[in-house]
Amino acid sequence: MAAVIIGLCLFPFFAKPYYVEVAMIFFIWIILAQSYRLIVTIHDWQLYHVVLYGVGAYTSGMLAKNLGIPVFVAIPIGGMMASLFGVAITLILLRSTGWGFYIATYGLAELIRLTWLKFRYPFGGSTGIINIPYAPVVGGIDFDAAIPYYFFSLCIMLAIIYMLYRIEKSRIGDAFKAISMDPALAESTGINIPRHRLLACAIGSFFAGIAGGLLVHRLGAVDPKLFDIHTMLYLLIWVVVGGTNTFWGPVIGVSVMYTLFELSRPLIQLRPMFFGLSIIFVLIFMPGGIESLVSKVVAQWQKLRGVPATEAG
Amino acid sequence: MNSQLLIQTIANAVAVSSMYALIAVGLTLAFGVMQMANLAHGHVFMIGAYTVYALYALIGWPFWTAVAAALVVGAVVGLAIERSIFRPLRGDVVAGFIATAGLMFVLEVFCGEVWGWGHMRNIPSPYMHPFKIMGASVAIQRVLVIPFAVVCIGSLMIFMRRFRLGRALRAVAQDPETASLQGININMMTALAMAIAGALAGVAGGLMSTIYAVTPALGGHVILPALIVVIVGGMGSVGGVVLASIIMGFVITFVTTLVDGVAALMVSVTVMALILPIRPQGLMGRVIN
Repeated sequence: MAAVIIGLCLFPFFAKPYYVEVAMIFFIWIILAQSYRLIVTIHDWQLYHVVLYGVGAYTSGMLAKNLGIPVFVAIPIGGMMASLFGVAITLILLRSTGWGFYIATYGLAELIRLTWLKFRYPFGGSTGIINIPYAPVVGGIDFDAAIPYYFFSLCIMLAIIYMLYRIEKSRIGDAFKAISMDPALAESTGINIPRHRLLACAIGSFFAGIAGGLLVHRLGAVDPKLFDIHTMLYLLIWVVVGGTNTFWGPVIGVSVMYTLFELSRPLIQLRPMFFGLSIIFVLIFMPGGIESLVSKVVAQWQKLRGVPATEAG
Repeated sequence: MNSQLLIQTIANAVAVSSMYALIAVGLTLAFGVMQMANLAHGHVFMIGAYTVYALYALIGWPFWTAVAAALVVGAVVGLAIERSIFRPLRGDVVAGFIATAGLMFVLEVFCGEVWGWGHMRNIPSPYMHPFKIMGASVAIQRVLVIPFAVVCIGSLMIFMRRFRLGRALRAVAQDPETASLQGININMMTALAMAIAGALAGVAGGLMSTIYAVTPALGGHVILPALIVVIVGGMGSVGGVVLASIIMGFVITFVTTLVDGVAALMVSVTVMALILPIRPQGLMGRVIN
């Protein structure tokens, strides 16, 4: 763990500028994947996460550009806005379950995205918004430059992972797990399911909005195409390929799949097919995702070394 | 809106309703049997459209032979999806949902690689002359899908009520365990549902191929309204889908004519969002415990 963090701290000083940018996008994907996992651990599989990431990006970008609100204030407001929209969507769908819920989330997400597409003012229509302010100079550090912003994103990502980890290990996390295992039993022990669904959605969407804020003040522009169903499918695929049963599954998934995503740039048109086939393969032959493979290997290794087997994962 | 435009718009609305009904009936049928359906169903529609493009516009088969081929191709694709995805993932709604989401990617790239990216395939219509109805001229090609939808869905409803196989399908939808105790082969029933679903989507795609811009993105464009129709109508209910597709077809066509296509989608999603909190099971859906 410490080695990974030290490695990430040293990385921008040795890597080419392009890879520093790629790493920042990677951090954003990690935030998205981890916050998505929080929502899907209570079995609210949904297709609006990327659009809420867009809500964060649009809100933060528009506040900074049109109202002149400082970037570091606009980003959390974007997160709150995303959280608000997430709660609104969940409230509408509170009585829906199963397959109907999953596809209805797609419809509502499209409604938000189409709003950006439809209204040239204030959302810029299909070309989106450009000339969004970059991060400013704070305390003598110019966050507009690549390396300070890299460390800023890294800190935000680590803080969010830490918070989500604490939530996972807290009473609330246990309640989420109970709901995902057996909703009826969880309800009979006094867990308020609708309230927990809203809570998970509010927290997860907030972090998605933060990720959007991080993105928009680096790119300096947004457009609705960034947040379409394809991006959502990539997120879904990467999280599920990683595995959602344990906390680190989505991190593994995004790390592996994002690397493949960047490496497959020359085959850009075939890329979706590769990811589509890989998710079908994983679901049929390896339902726990890559993480289940890792825990199997660890268990096997421990057996070989004669260590008494512990609970896998 | 003058009377001529009004008549044309109504004709269009009925045609669009028929198309959505053909697509959504397959989704609702599959949902009834499996509690989930194919998210890549719009892509089966697109494959139907490409089949007609390949056989009719490129090779020069007669239009109706090409449409019949699209029906067969759709059914085969449906069967293949059932065999390769839904059967191994039986009973796991989440996995089925995610796997068919991945399938959207696969089929989109497949069509793009086979028939070319970005090119809008223009397919000449076999019926160039419009016909006159109350002073308004309506393109035959646009309304061709209406009699097809009526015949297909009508015969499907009769099949579900009168025939042993259709009744078995409904039995599985009501209670799979009891149905299998009666000697109904569940695998065969899901295969049948997916084949019918694929065939209807394929024939709809074939018939509408002369009107739509046939690109690899077509599948993604038609699936959202079809999903809305299924949710609003009530998942698992064929009658509900017919009702909802008429409502949605008219809403979408009229808003498209008066404003634009984006606004039409927004309005239809809003209708869904207004109905779901009140009737989460849809207009004519059953409550599933």
